[in-house]
Amino acid sequence: MIPSIPQPRALRLVYGAYVTLFFIYLALPLTVVAVFAFNDSQFPSLPWNGFTWNWFFGDERPMIGVFHERPILRAIGTSAFVAVMVVILSVAVGLSNAFLFNRYQFRGKSLLYVLMLLPLVIPGIVLGISILVFSSTLANGLWELAGLDLQILRPGLFLVVLGQFSFIATISTLVISARLQKFDRTLEEAALNLGASRLTAVRTVTVPFLMPAIVGAAVVAFLMSFENFNTTLMLVGSDAPLTIAMFDRLKEGSTPLLNAVSLLLMLGSSLLALVMILFQRRG
Amino acid sequence: MREGTRLGFILLLTPLLLWLSLLILIPHVDMFLVSIRERVGVGKYDISLANYRTFWGEPLYLWTFARTAVMSILATIITFLIAFPVSYYIAKIARGRLQSALFLACLIPFWVSELVRTFGWMILLRETGVFSGLLQWLGLAEGPVEMLYNDAAIMVGLVYTSMLFMVVPLVTTLESLDDAVIEAGYDLGGNGWSVLREIVLPHAKPGIVSGSIVVFMLSLGNYLTPTMLGGKDSLWFTELIYSQFIVRFNWELGAAFGFMLLLLSSLIVWGMLRLTGETLEETMG
Repeated sequence: MIPSIPQPRALRLVYGAYVTLFFIYLALPLTVVAVFAFNDSQFPSLPWNGFTWNWFFGDERPMIGVFHERPILRAIGTSAFVAVMVVILSVAVGLSNAFLFNRYQFRGKSLLYVLMLLPLVIPGIVLGISILVFSSTLANGLWELAGLDLQILRPGLFLVVLGQFSFIATISTLVISARLQKFDRTLEEAALNLGASRLTAVRTVTVPFLMPAIVGAAVVAFLMSFENFNTTLMLVGSDAPLTIAMFDRLKEGSTPLLNAVSLLLMLGSSLLALVMILFQRRG
Repeated sequence: MREGTRLGFILLLTPLLLWLSLLILIPHVDMFLVSIRERVGVGKYDISLANYRTFWGEPLYLWTFARTAVMSILATIITFLIAFPVSYYIAKIARGRLQSALFLACLIPFWVSELVRTFGWMILLRETGVFSGLLQWLGLAEGPVEMLYNDAAIMVGLVYTSMLFMVVPLVTTLESLDDAVIEAGYDLGGNGWSVLREIVLPHAKPGIVSGSIVVFMLSLGNYLTPTMLGGKDSLWFTELIYSQFIVRFNWELGAAFGFMLLLLSSLIVWGMLRLTGETLEETMG
């Protein structure tokens, strides 16, 4: 069924209706989350009690808005910190991996490539507990052998960063590799012929060509880290990132404050997506 | 290799090896070692299969395990059935601006956290929620209707959450199918159904396999959706792992559960690849 093959009108209409319904289904949950952020009520549910900005700007109980709710603001800060760390690590390692797989032939290359893909088919919660178990084995071992108490190996932000990095690195490797494969090596050779050193050639010719992929990988890594729940849940210590903090509140019963936070998240990530699309169109 | 490139090779290889060994391989080996030990005294452990015996001996654990697997497979099938017509529409029927707009619209919900998406479904389905209110307003229901905290709600959430990961690979493979091939199918006397079965589906196979693997993995390893939409008795295997690790602090049994989950997911992914003759490098890379 393609446009050049005539089809009965009724079939086309039904098909169009199905696709429309699908997009309504996609939009529905996000729309209600956004709309109820403005409900003048203690609960994000019907009945509708009128419009209010209080869940954003309110500063009196019982309606304290996002911008006056310290724990939520701190959780946003924690999430942003973790995400930036994960971005730096996974883009750096992704770039290095992409060059390794693209430029070198060596024994065990295909095995390493499959190993590199594995984190995609390991459930996030299993990644989390395996890192938790291993880091505490390390910490206990150090304590028994040397009397060293390394707090960094106990559940906390350091482990959260490592846990998220362990699978986001695969994604950044794939994104950057895909673009590096399209690169015309003769451009780099031309730079070498013109007297550039290898490093200068890569820095001034190859890396600028990779820039859209690097930015893309960074944005995807940032969002995946910011949204990550499963791996983070197992490794989190006392500083909770935003998803964990929101989950804890949601379990206790929710107020439209969570809708307001969610709406801000949606706006934030659409902004990031827009930046990425604009950047890639230019690149 | 020349001296310079050899140094470069080692510099590029080191981060990869550190990452894979310290964060993936050794932790999983360690998790396995923890899962086969049994506490016999304070700080004393023996190697034994006691944790796995506990797993096989307790019907609740086995039931939860089987249920999680079956529901994840079901979620994968439902996601495929819903996503395929839409992906086909985007790849083959919509043209130009409409095509890119529709594709982008598919991506948007997934730029926000899974927590927000699940929260949205809670607002829609709960007793005081939008659907319940709508039904009462239409006069179809007498009082509030609770639609949360059952298996159907979990399924709705799982399918919604993984939709993107099915649509994107399907659209990509379907776009690479030349319209002329479909026309040839019709010219040779095929009808819509036989063209779909003999041309479109075989061509889309790599996309179907990679989409299914990702959706299955995401459902199997999901914690948030079953907990929030399924309530207390949702019986999802990840919840067992979480409660052994964090609530009961029985890491040995928790590690055994984690290992069983890993085994199950590897088996099903491997089976899916074998059945379709695809490889992991081609479908995921």
